[in-house]
Formats: sequence, C-alpha cells, structure tokens
Amino acid sequence: MDLSFITESLYFVKPEIAASASIILLVLLDLIFHKNKTIIPYVALAGIIITGIFVVDQFNISGFAFLSTDNPKYGMIAVDNFGAFFKLIIIISSIFVVAFSAYSDEINKITDRLGEYYALIFGMILGMLVLISASDLILIYLSMELLSLSSYVLAGFTKLRDRSSEASLKYLLYGATSTGMMLFGISILYGLTGSTNLYIISAALQTQSLNLLTLAFSIILIFAGIGYKISSAPFHFWTPDVYEGAPISITAYLSVASKAAGFALLIRFIKTTFVTFVDDNGNWQLLQVFDWESLLIIISLLTMTLGNFTALWQRNLKRMLAYSSIAHAGYLMLGLLVFSNQGLIAILIYFTIYLFMNLGAFFIVMVIANKTGSEDIDDYDGLGFKSSFLGVSLAIFLVSLTGLPPTAGFIGKLYLFIALVDAKMLTVAIIALLNTVVSLYYYIRVLKHMFLTSPTEKTEKIPLNFGQIAVIIIMLIPILLFGVYFSPVVDLAKSYITILGF
Amino acid sequence: MEQSALLTYLILIPFAGSIILFAFKEKHAQLIRWFGLFVSGLAFILSLVIYFSFDAAKPGFQFTHKVLWIDSLNVSYHVGADGISVLLILLTTFITPLTLLSSWKSIQKKVKMFTIMMLFLEVGMLGVFMSLDIFLFYIFWEVMLIPMYFIIGIWGGEQRIYASVKFFIYTMFGSLLMLVAIIWLAVYASEVTGSFTTDLLELYKIGPTIARDTQNWMFLAFLLSFAIKVPLFPLHTWLPDAHVQAPTAGSVILAGVLLKMGTYGMLRFNLPLFPQSAMQYAPFISVLAVIGIIYGALVAMVQTDMKKLVAYSSVSHLGFVVLGIFALTEESIQGAVIQMVNHGLSTGALFLLVGIVYERTHRREISYYGGIAKLVPVYATAMMIASLSSIGLPGLNGFIGEFLILLGSFKSQSLDSWWFVIFGATGVIFAAVYLLWMYERVFFGKVTNPKLESELTDLNKRELLVLIPIFVLIVWIGIYPSTFLNLTEVSTQSILQHVSSFTINLLN
Repeated sequence: MDLSFITESLYFVKPEIAASASIILLVLLDLIFHKNKTIIPYVALAGIIITGIFVVDQFNISGFAFLSTDNPKYGMIAVDNFGAFFKLIIIISSIFVVAFSAYSDEINKITDRLGEYYALIFGMILGMLVLISASDLILIYLSMELLSLSSYVLAGFTKLRDRSSEASLKYLLYGATSTGMMLFGISILYGLTGSTNLYIISAALQTQSLNLLTLAFSIILIFAGIGYKISSAPFHFWTPDVYEGAPISITAYLSVASKAAGFALLIRFIKTTFVTFVDDNGNWQLLQVFDWESLLIIISLLTMTLGNFTALWQRNLKRMLAYSSIAHAGYLMLGLLVFSNQGLIAILIYFTIYLFMNLGAFFIVMVIANKTGSEDIDDYDGLGFKSSFLGVSLAIFLVSLTGLPPTAGFIGKLYLFIALVDAKMLTVAIIALLNTVVSLYYYIRVLKHMFLTSPTEKTEKIPLNFGQIAVIIIMLIPILLFGVYFSPVVDLAKSYITILGF
Repeated sequence: MEQSALLTYLILIPFAGSIILFAFKEKHAQLIRWFGLFVSGLAFILSLVIYFSFDAAKPGFQFTHKVLWIDSLNVSYHVGADGISVLLILLTTFITPLTLLSSWKSIQKKVKMFTIMMLFLEVGMLGVFMSLDIFLFYIFWEVMLIPMYFIIGIWGGEQRIYASVKFFIYTMFGSLLMLVAIIWLAVYASEVTGSFTTDLLELYKIGPTIARDTQNWMFLAFLLSFAIKVPLFPLHTWLPDAHVQAPTAGSVILAGVLLKMGTYGMLRFNLPLFPQSAMQYAPFISVLAVIGIIYGALVAMVQTDMKKLVAYSSVSHLGFVVLGIFALTEESIQGAVIQMVNHGLSTGALFLLVGIVYERTHRREISYYGGIAKLVPVYATAMMIASLSSIGLPGLNGFIGEFLILLGSFKSQSLDSWWFVIFGATGVIFAAVYLLWMYERVFFGKVTNPKLESELTDLNKRELLVLIPIFVLIVWIGIYPSTFLNLTEVSTQSILQHVSSFTINLLN
C-alpha cells in the first residue's frame, strides 16, 4: 500500500500530533517523577504552546488530510482558516486553564494525581482539535467520544467531594445517551447517502431524491449530540450540575473550549453538508431538504430564554455562570441561524470576547472560593470594598457578559445583532434583546452584593499574589480594549471565515 | 470641515479627573472633595469658553471634531454642538460642581468612589449632548447607567437597592430597543448609499426617506427609550423611587440633567430622523404629555413626603417640555429647551433644599415639620424662591418656559387643537396648589414639633454658595431670557425647517 498519502496527511495534522505526543510524555513523566510533580504543569504548558505554534502555522493553509478512498477529492480532516481560528481559541483557553489549575486549591490538594489531570486535559485538547476539523462522521463521533470521556473523568476529578462525583456521573449518563443518539443518526445518514464523508453526503443530498422525513430524523438525532456539547436547550440539563460539581478550572474549560469545539462542529456540519453556495453578499444558500432555520431559531431562543430565566434564581455563582453560559450558547446560535458570512464573523468575534470574559469571571470566582470555600452569593457581601481589585474586575467581566458598553461584550452582541438585522430578523433580534434585559438582572445582582451591601463580619480580604493579578489583568485588557477599539478582532474574524469546500 | 478639539477636551477633563482620582487614598476625603470640585469647576470654565466662542447666528454644528474610529463599520468619533447642545452642556457643567459642593457633608462614606462616579457621570452626560454619531451617542447613553446605579445604590436611602435596580432595568430595556433601531438605520443606510453609516448628519438625509410604516416603528423604538428617560406618562414609575432613594446629589443630577437627555434625544433624533412619523404621532404623544402634566401634579398634591412631591412635580414639568417639542412650532420648542434648563435649576434647587433639612433632621415627611419659617428664615426665603420659580411666577424662569410652550402649542398646526393648551395650563394652577400648600404646611404657623428647635439650623455659607448661583440664573432667565433664547433660536429654526420640508404636504 502506498504510504505517501499518509505522510502527506501528517503535514496537516501537526497540532494533533503534538497534542498526542504531549499525552504520552505526561503519562511517562507521571511515572518517572512520582514523588515530586512540580514539573508537570510546566511540561503541559510547553506542550500546549508547541501545539499552539503548529496551529498558528496552519493559518492560511488549506487542504484535506486522510483522503477518502471513495472520492480522493475529499478527506477525513479539513484544514482551513475557520478551523485554525477555533483551534486557537482552544489553545488560548487551555493556557488559561493551566494557569487556573496552578492557582486552584482544589487541584493543588491532589498533587499526586497531577500527571493524570494534565494528560486528561490533553485528551480533551486532542479531541477538540480533531473535532474542529473533522469532516467525516466517523471521525466526528470518535473525537467527540475522546473529548467526552476525558471530560467525564475531569468533572469528577476531586472525587472525594460528593457533588463532584455526582457531576461526573450525570455528565456520563447524559453524554452516553446523547452520543448514542448521535451515532444512531449517523448510521441512518450513512444508510441514506452511502457515505460518512460530509462532502460526499452533501453531493448525494443535492443529486439524489431522499426520504426527507428519514433525513430529518437523522439530522435531529445528530443535532442532539452536538446540542449536548454546546449545552443548548433541551439538551442542557446536565450543565448546571456538572458546572457546579466540577473543579472550577474544568468548569471554565468546559464552558469555553468544549463549547467552542461543539460550535465549530455544528457550523462545519451545516456549512459543508447543507450549503450549496455562498452568494456575493455572503448569504448562504441552503439545500431545501431540511428546515435548519426554524430549528435553530427555536433552539436558540429557547436556549437563551431558559438559561437566562433559570439563572435568575441561582444563589451559587458557579451555577449562575453555568446558566449564563447556556444563555450565551443561545446568543451564539443567532450568528448561525442567519446563514451568512456576516453571522459567521459575528460568531468568531463573540467567541474571542466570550473566551476572555467568561474565563475571567470564573477565575475570580475561583480565587474567592479558594479563600472563603464558598461560591454562595451572600459571601460576596461588601467584597467590592474589602478586595476592590477583585470586585472591580469581576464587575467588569459581568458587565461585559451583560453586553453593556464600553466593554467588549457589547461589541460581540452588536455584531450578532447587525447580522440579525441584516437578515431582516427583527423579531428574533428583539426577543434576544429582551433576554439581555433579563440577564442584566442576575449579573447586577452580583454587583449589588459586592458594592451595595455592607460587608458582614464574614467578609474577609482576599489576598492576591502577583501571578493571579497578572492573569486577571491579561484577561481584563482585551475586554476593555476591544470595547472601545475593536477593529483588530473584526479584521481577524473577517479573514478567518473560510471553510473548505467553497 | 474645520476641526476643533474644544469639546473633546471638555469630555477629557472629567474623564482624566476620575482616572487620577483612583490614585488618591480613601482617607484623604477632604482632598478628594476639593479635587473633584476643582475638576468639575475646570470643566465649567471650559464650557464658558465654548459658550463665548459659539456663534449663535450660524446654523449647523460648531466645534465639530471628527476622527474615523472603527473603519469596518464606518463609525466615527464625531462631536459638535449647536445652540441647544451648548445650553445643555452649560447646564451639565454648572450643576455638577454644585452637586459635589452640596454633598460635602452629606456624603461621608466612600467619598473617593462617589467623586469618581460623579465625574464619570459628567463624562457620559456631556458625551450625550455633543455626539454627532449615533453609535457614539449610544455608548455615552449606556455608560451613564453604571455610575448612576452605584450612586443610587450605595449612597441612597433605605430602599436604595430596589430603586437602583428598577432604574437600571427600566432604562436598559428602553435603550436596547433603541439599539435595534440604530442598527436597523445603519443597515438601511448601507442599502441606500452603499456604505454602512452611523453619522447623524448623513442619517438626517436618509431617515426621512424610510417607508412610512417602517419609519413609524423606528420612531417608536427611539421614542420608547427617550420616553422612559424623560419620563413620559405612563413610563414614569421608576422616577419617584429613584428620586426618593437617591442621595441629594443624585437627585439633583437626575432631575437637573439626566432627564433632559430624554427630551434632548427627542429633539435631536426623533424629530429630524423621522419627521413624518413625528408629525403623525405628535398629537398622541402630546396627549400623553398633558396627562403627565396633570397626573404628576395631582399625585404630587397628595404626597406626604417632600422629596416624593418634588419627584412627581418633575413628571409634571417634563410633560410641558414634551408638549413643547411635539407642538413643533418655534416658540414651543424654544420654550421646551429653556424649560429643560428651568426645570434643572428650580427642581434642582428644590431637591437641594429638601436635602438640606433632611441632613439635619433625617425626616422628609411634611407632617414632621410646621412653622419652621420662624426658625430658619433664610432657608424659608430660599424655599420660597425655588417654589415660585417651579410654579412659574412671572419674573422668574419657570414662567418664560411655560408661557412659550403654551403659546407655541396654541399656534401649533401639528396639534391643531386648543384642548392641549387648556389642559396644559391647568398644570400650572395645580403646581401652585401643591407647592404652596406644602409651603404653608411646612413653614407657616406655629412650630408644631418642639424637636425642630434644636435640630434645625439655618443655611450655612457652603449651602448658600450652592444655592445663590442657581437663584441668580433663576432671576436672570425670568427677567432677561434673551441671553438664552438667542442661543437656541437658529438651532431650533433649522430643526423645524428640516422637519417641515418633509412634512409640508402632510399638513394639508
């Protein structure tokens, strides 16, 4: 057998190779240094950075790896700018998660298992990197399983705490069900079209006349798997419990990286399989085989409304941020349901900003929980005056999550709404805006506890070390800077929307 | 176009001041107060410079400063001022130092944060009055919410948290609908002219060409946002809570300047951007305005809390301003603009005066007081002047504004009915009733509460220093309003010309 096509393919999967090598290295190091594991986080960081360098190297390169045997025009992995952008989001959030873990008391208590911890994180990274560029249903399923299995274990990593084990088990049960449904959907789609490659499926959908009902059934099943990853309603029920029970570093990671990978998959799946061409104005022409628009509008509005309204009642900040991240998944879908390049740009912008604001909020919640041992909103009383840097920073992140100027969160929402108005979907835009008003209530409730309530005797000053301040400032800068000068993000997003195929 | 950075400097002064304040230590409260006063005073001096170099005879915007900001959306940092803006900028920079001075003693906790918030608020207010880019306007408009939320929420009364959240959510709700309308306008502009634009002067040309039914929706989206801010009946329910719970300085700024942003927005955006819709909805809005005038006055009449009484009187007075704007005649709009200033001065003075006794007794109920004219004669005189000004006694400022508004509405073609004037004028009578009745109960007769004799002291020098400049202006506008009317005359005419050029055939 000719091996050249494999060696050629390797050129396109360098980040994935680097991630795999890091897993092996971390497992080995874990065995070698079983007394003192201080070196492991540094190795992990180095691994992420090397992977990141390969990702950056992939910018503006496009091509298929692991070509399909039926039709050598297409492959199992599509390398393109769109994927590179999302991979970069994964890498940046991974770097932050290493920083999170370094300052997390929950993780530092279990230093003897640090090797496993980082190896599993790399398992997630590998899964996400492959998921982002996979253009074959089998590979999509495999990478999704890799991502899920690693995250099940990580969610329950602090296994001595009840809620952590509960989180892990719930995550596993929901995950198993929804990936099972997805697999079922994949098998039906394969049965209908005779291929697992998205490009070949797309061609088949355009030429053959299929039973549309069966097709819709399989698409909805596949969507269940993806919807579970991006925690969209009605597949979101695991999210609050898992986010609350998992160590905060993992919660933050799930809320950003895992969601980004899920979105990349959803966008690529729809764009590759169902879009026939993109017109001069950047509008996507969808195949008339399935009504994606209605499905996504319903799911998106349902997701943000459920997320926001349930967040209103939460007293645990981690849980509140979990519901808020569900709501944000709903906002992000707004960018997809307009089916235009404009919308895709808005999603990329939103994700870039969401990365910083959401991680920032989680980081501060973690630093506070390290000291007080609680995420209860009542323990934030008067905190803004006792620890003003933390209070002001958290306030900025939350204001940004609300989407108020002059923070970057406003810019993210602005572009989503421009895309919606451009697509003449005013009703959807107005419902989404009303949702923002609802979200304002629970975000400012935190501000209320921090600044408007007097400190109780329980409120203590949270000590910060230099590294923690640095991490917070690194996340604050983009939020404030992009809020007033956002051309760089917009330009970046504009040049990274190409998805292979058109 | 010639560029002038004067207005930019004016925004930068309080902005830089609030940033510098971060470096101050909380314990140097006195230094912080002086610094805040100095910075806001500096801004006032600069705005005087702007006022004196403003050429009131020239139509259009002066001191324009335009810098391309976000090229992908074609958004510019574009500021400029016409007569109406200059007047409101002056009002803002005039009121801000006075409120800082008035809170010298009453704000004791977290003085640093308070001063930062007040200066930040000034940045937002000034920005709103000078933005010529609708996107920039929106940012300034929203930026103000957070400082105001904190001012009510941290230094307010017992129900402050409820009031501040209510204020925040109400205003946010309105402004988000405006955001949709802004985006819609910009997208529409890109379809018409080929390029996305948020520049107000460009949109003035495009706005009137929008199809009528869409234009109506856009008009209503902007109107809702501004009407909540004004507040126009029936969207006023946040106002009494916010006013009563806010600290005195917050109430003064709220009444003095913040509410004016709503009416300013109607003048600057609703009328010129959507003239046909403005003409169509003018009677409807004026009905709401007149209901507001009477309702506000009647509710004010039955209040037992002095601050609440003044708060409801705001609803009534702002009703006059809205009536003046939508009567769409030169007199009425001129009257509306001058009434914005009047209301800022007289209601500001009333809030200050209520705050002064509250500082001494910590009571605001009318029934707690009685016969205090004997105890505090200077205070009683000051309250008399402020009340008479608010009532609209000829010779004081309130009369000028209300008279012009009623005169203009009488001639108005857009309203085309006397009833607006007749019902509006009853508001003036009611104002006399509730204010004078309150005055009688609080000041005249025997001292009803023996505790007052020990609690109350007359105005001190600092308080006089705050009040006298306001009273000077109250008399000045009352006797010689031309100083201010000249300023706004040309600007008003150009807005009206713009509106009538698109609506001339609607009237026939």
